[in-house]
Amino acid sequence: MSMPFYVPPEQVMKDRADFARKGIARGRSVIVVGYDRGIAFVAENPSRALHKVSEIYDRIAFAAVGRYNEFESLRVAGIRYADLRGYSYDRTDVTARALANTYAQTLGAVFTQESKPFEIEIVVAEVGVDSDTDQIFRLTYDGSVADEQGFVAMGGASDAAEERLGTGWRPGMTLAEVLRLAVDVLGAGENGERRALDEGQLEVAVLDRDRPRRSFRRIVGPLLTRLLVEAPGAAEVTAGPGSTETVAGEGGSASSASPADGPGSPTPPS
Amino acid sequence: MTQWSPGRPRRLDDAFLSAGSSSFSEFVSAYRPELLPSGRRLPSGASIEAPHGTTIVSLLFDGGVVMAGDRRATMGNVIANRDMEKVFAADDYSVVGIAGTAGIAIELVRLYQVELEHYEKIEGAIMSLEGKANRLASMIRGNLSLAMQGLTVVPTYAGFDLESATGRIYSYDVTGGCYIEGGHHSTGSGSVFARGALKKLWRPGLEEQQAVSVAIEALYDAADDDSATGGPDLGRQIWPTVAVVDHSGARFVASDVLEGHVQRVVAARRDNPGGAR
Repeated sequence: MSMPFYVPPEQVMKDRADFARKGIARGRSVIVVGYDRGIAFVAENPSRALHKVSEIYDRIAFAAVGRYNEFESLRVAGIRYADLRGYSYDRTDVTARALANTYAQTLGAVFTQESKPFEIEIVVAEVGVDSDTDQIFRLTYDGSVADEQGFVAMGGASDAAEERLGTGWRPGMTLAEVLRLAVDVLGAGENGERRALDEGQLEVAVLDRDRPRRSFRRIVGPLLTRLLVEAPGAAEVTAGPGSTETVAGEGGSASSASPADGPGSPTPPS
Repeated sequence: MTQWSPGRPRRLDDAFLSAGSSSFSEFVSAYRPELLPSGRRLPSGASIEAPHGTTIVSLLFDGGVVMAGDRRATMGNVIANRDMEKVFAADDYSVVGIAGTAGIAIELVRLYQVELEHYEKIEGAIMSLEGKANRLASMIRGNLSLAMQGLTVVPTYAGFDLESATGRIYSYDVTGGCYIEGGHHSTGSGSVFARGALKKLWRPGLEEQQAVSVAIEALYDAADDDSATGGPDLGRQIWPTVAVVDHSGARFVASDVLEGHVQRVVAARRDNPGGAR
C-alpha cells in the first residue's frame, strides 16, 4: 500500500513557478513600448501566420510569450470577452483593466487548480487619448498583474532586456525611434555579442492613437523597412482602410477617415 | 453553464476558452442565447406594431457600388422617425441596408458588424465577400420565427470584392435566401417604384457621381408614390443616406455633396413631376 507523501504548499507553488518560468525563458522576447502617438509591439517571430501580437478591441491589444496553444486560447477568449461586452453594453465599456482582471483570475485559477500552470506571460495594452492615459498591464503565469509604465519586455532574457530598455527609453520618442531601440534590445546577446534582425524575423504592430475606432495596425513590408532604416517621417501614408501599410501621423499626409466616421454604428430610432 | 455574476471571481469559463468557432453569433447563441434575436420567442399568434424602415436602392458603377436609403420609419399611418439611418458600414469593404422591422433590423446589423470584425480578429484575415454574404443569410434565417409573426427583416448587402476588383450586390428574402444581383436592386415598401426608376436610369459603366445621382432620383420616385418612403426634406435639410464602396473602402457621401445632388433632382422635376426625358 502506497502512502501519498506530504508536500508543503510552499514547495508545490515554488515547483510550479519554477516550471512555468523555465518554459517562458526558453522563447524569444517580446517588447511592448510606448511612443508619442501610441503603443508599439515588437516580437522576434519569423512566422507570418502564428502571431504573438494581436488585436483584441478598438483600443486594446494583446502580446504574449510562451506556449503558443496556451496563449492562443487566452487570446481568443479575450476577443470573445471584449466583443460580447461591447455588444451587450457599448464599445466604450470595453477596457483593458477589466480584461486584465479577467485574465488574472483565469491564470491564477489555472496556476493553483490545474495539474500544470500555463507557461505564458501576457501583456494587455490600451491606448488612451494621450500617453499619460495609456495603460500597459503585464500578467504572469500565476495570475499576478503589474501596471507598467512606458515599456515591458517579456520572455527570453527579459531582465536584461528591461534594463536596456530602461536606459534607452524616454517619454515622447517617435515610432521609428522606439522600433530601432526595440530591435537593438532584441538583438543584444548575453556577452555583448550582437545579432542583426531583419524585417523577416520581426513581428511589429502598433496601437495608433490617431486612428478613429480600430487603432490596431500591423506594420509590415516597405513601411517597416522605412521606419527601421530611414529618417523619421519618411513613411508615406498611401493605402485604404484595413491595409497594413499605413500609420496615421507618420509622414506628411493625414490618413483617410475610417468608414466608422459615417453613420456606421446604428442607433435605434428615438 | 455558468453565468456572469458580480459575486464570484470572474474567471473566463470554458465557453470562452474552447477552441473552434470564429463566429461571434455561434459563440453567443451557445453562451448567452437571450442576447440574440433568434433566442427570443413571442407567444404564438401575437403580433405587435413596431416601426418599419422602408426603401433601400443599390446599384453598381464602374469600379464599385452605391447604396442609398431614405430616412423615414413608419408605424401604421404615423411617421415614427424622419431621420433614421438605414444604411450601415458592415466592415471596411461592405455596407448593409435594411428594410423591415427597425428594431430587429438594427440589432441584426450590430450583430453582423461584430460578427465580421470578430472573424477578422480571430482568423487574422478578412472573410471573402461571398462568405460575408452567406453569414448574413444565416442570420436572416435565424430570424424566421419572428418573421412569421410579422417582424420581418430584409436587408441588401453590397461590397467590393477585392479578388475580382468589382462591386457586388446581394439581395435576400425573408427566409434567408441570398441572391446575387446584376446591375441594381431595391428593397422595401417603395422598391417597386424605385425599381422602375432604376430600370430606366441605370446603365453599365456609370461614373460614381452619376450613380449617386441615379440612386437619389430612384428614391425620389419611390417617395413620390409610396407614403412610407421619405422624400428629400428640403425644409429640415434631411437627405438620403448614401454609401459608396470602391477599392479604397466604404464611405458615406458628405451632406453638402448630397444637397447638391438633391437640389438638381428636385429642380429637374419642377414642371416635370414624372421625370420624363
